[in-house]
Amino acid sequence: MGRVVLVTGVAADLGRRFARCLADGDAVDRVVGVDGTPPRGDVGGMQFVRADIRNPVIAKVIVREQVDTVVHLSVAASSPTGARQSMKEPNVIGTMQLLAACQQAAGVRHLVVKSSAAVYGASNRDPAMFTEDMNARRLPRSGFPKDVTEVESYVRGFARRRPDVRVTTLRTADVIGPQVSSGITAYFRLPVIPTVLGFDPRLQFLHESDAYAVLRHATLQDVPGTFNVAGGDIILLSQAVRRLGRPALALPSFALSPVGSVFGQARRADLSPEQVAYLTYGRGMDTSRMRTVLGFRPRWSTPAAFADFAAAVGPGVLAPHRVHAAERSIAGALGVEPAGDAPVRDVPVGDARVEEGQHA
Amino acid sequence: MPDAEVIRIGTGGRPGRGTGNARPSASTRRLAATPSAKSPGRSPEDSPGKSPGTSAEKSRAEPTGRPARQPTPGPTWPGTDEPRARVNEPTPPGGIPPGELLAALTTAARELLGDEWERRLAHFLAFLRRRLTGDFTVDDYGFDPELTEKLLLTTLRPIAQKWFRIEVRGTENIPADGGALVVSNHSGTIPLDGLMTGLMIHDHTGRHLRPLGADLVFRLPVIGELARKGGATLACNEDAERMLRGGELVGVWPEGFKGIGKPYSERYKLQRFGRGGFVAAAIRTGVSIVPTAVVGAEEIYPLVGNVPSLARLLGIPYVPITPLFPLLGPLGLVPLPSKWLIEFGEPIRTDDYDAGAADDPMLVFNVTDQVRETIQQTLYSLLEQRSAVFS
Repeated sequence: MGRVVLVTGVAADLGRRFARCLADGDAVDRVVGVDGTPPRGDVGGMQFVRADIRNPVIAKVIVREQVDTVVHLSVAASSPTGARQSMKEPNVIGTMQLLAACQQAAGVRHLVVKSSAAVYGASNRDPAMFTEDMNARRLPRSGFPKDVTEVESYVRGFARRRPDVRVTTLRTADVIGPQVSSGITAYFRLPVIPTVLGFDPRLQFLHESDAYAVLRHATLQDVPGTFNVAGGDIILLSQAVRRLGRPALALPSFALSPVGSVFGQARRADLSPEQVAYLTYGRGMDTSRMRTVLGFRPRWSTPAAFADFAAAVGPGVLAPHRVHAAERSIAGALGVEPAGDAPVRDVPVGDARVEEGQHA
Repeated sequence: MPDAEVIRIGTGGRPGRGTGNARPSASTRRLAATPSAKSPGRSPEDSPGKSPGTSAEKSRAEPTGRPARQPTPGPTWPGTDEPRARVNEPTPPGGIPPGELLAALTTAARELLGDEWERRLAHFLAFLRRRLTGDFTVDDYGFDPELTEKLLLTTLRPIAQKWFRIEVRGTENIPADGGALVVSNHSGTIPLDGLMTGLMIHDHTGRHLRPLGADLVFRLPVIGELARKGGATLACNEDAERMLRGGELVGVWPEGFKGIGKPYSERYKLQRFGRGGFVAAAIRTGVSIVPTAVVGAEEIYPLVGNVPSLARLLGIPYVPITPLFPLLGPLGLVPLPSKWLIEFGEPIRTDDYDAGAADDPMLVFNVTDQVRETIQQTLYSLLEQRSAVFS
């Protein structure tokens, strides 16, 4: 096929693993990874070019390597070192420079951008499920959601100026999995998980293996457009915390950010004001376009992806098996036969979904 | 075996509540059957045969407020003058002995739950365990059927039956399956009418009403969370159409805050029905509209005043003043026990209209008016049927 794929943001785990998988497969000829810092880990057959995408040198790389597909993965909420403040520059200015370089390069035929569900923001005026043609009900004024909004507007501008390039934007839910290190996974790894008092947000996740799969799918399939990408179903924050077996600490929302800055600096958990809004109101994305138009089906549902993550994190003090044991001992002490779940359970449960997700 | 003797000593072989001649309580019988059981819970004063000589000893034991767990061996019988030596046995550390606690719990469970108590208790424990481990599912809107049925509706049911004595008519007009839009009048200062309508629909048809709520609801802590878990979602076209397409029974109160926060003097006068968005949603999805009239909710908190400046400050639509609130403080929050009537009217079909009809404002206004008139007329006829407000 003779394709050369340029992947940005390969210093981060997601970019590096995706680039490596793509390079080791037969689907494309060459994979060129670009980032300002070298990746720390196995890069496989990927060819790494150390270049900052904020620098016009990126245009030379694209031309010299005869790149026809650009996969832009460097838009991230936090840098690999966890610093948030320094991310606006690479996110927004980097995207501008990269798109300017692509516009000049006649050889570029495909552009895949990994955006984020954060573009929809989170507020009490949100519909239950966002479809791709909806906008955030409250325009984000700062932070990562604003970065993503600006990045997407540049991508739309690029698509207008280069109608011959196929542009695919993926608005992915938070990627989660045993090996993911991000703001949200650090949050769930806290020994005591701070939550917003009186709110139980709906969350969606995308399993890391599905994240690689959807990027690969979007790179190789010629489907233009913007797509929400998330595992099926939703999970409530309270469910997530309890399935982890960790104690939750409910705090008023104004107290979460200060607490977050204490915890967050130590453990890299993301508790920025935008993230607190997400942990207050939650968000749901309608993924029917992903299934029908893009033709991608995640193997892991949201609860299954979270269960996989929870299994890697290890059980907390309130782990489900301990609660089961406590139920059995209380029932035994009272001389009661513990109830089997079959007669009272009329809805499918998490365990069943794990199976479903793994074998689907 | 000393334990066997213990039982003989404590109760004289005739387990009872201390007199020794009453019929033994259930827990006592249970204890008597168990060799390792403790003496039945009875206070020293119950003993008819206490002698003056033991009072000093007894008074020392009394502050513990319960009998000691291990009686000393000896031929003591109720009804004799034998000093009750076991009373001043030193209290074992660690509070209430687990055995007695268990016995009490078992008895309480039987008293509360009847003969089926073991099964019910086991199910309750399983319910607790599922909540604690997050082992329950919610739908895309955050609706938690288990919590709604076992907690929310169970709490509301006695209020509906005993306090408001709700009478329901026309439940046959609620479709047994498929999407439908229940449109109702709104009143009562706080949206109890919505909760009660949902409860009545669930109890009569087994379906869950999925209410559409204002964005204010989802901004409030606890209330917003419970609303989503109880099946509500935001009142916007996207959510309404998504739910109706999904075959849900959706409830909407188009008067909104104008209806619920209207003064008592305007009771049972329908306010403006929004902008007809609910009709457009019903036409687009082709579901029928069930006009619903609720009588009684107007009187639960008669709104006689409002503090607009405070409301603006708090960012809420109104600050209610009722005859009892804030005059009586928290007591003023108890709703007045008015008699409620709920009538579900004949469904208004919308599937005859073609696809573009939802974008025809005149048609939407006409259907809106039709729904509004139906509800208003039903309200008047229900008011005539109701003999007195609080009867």
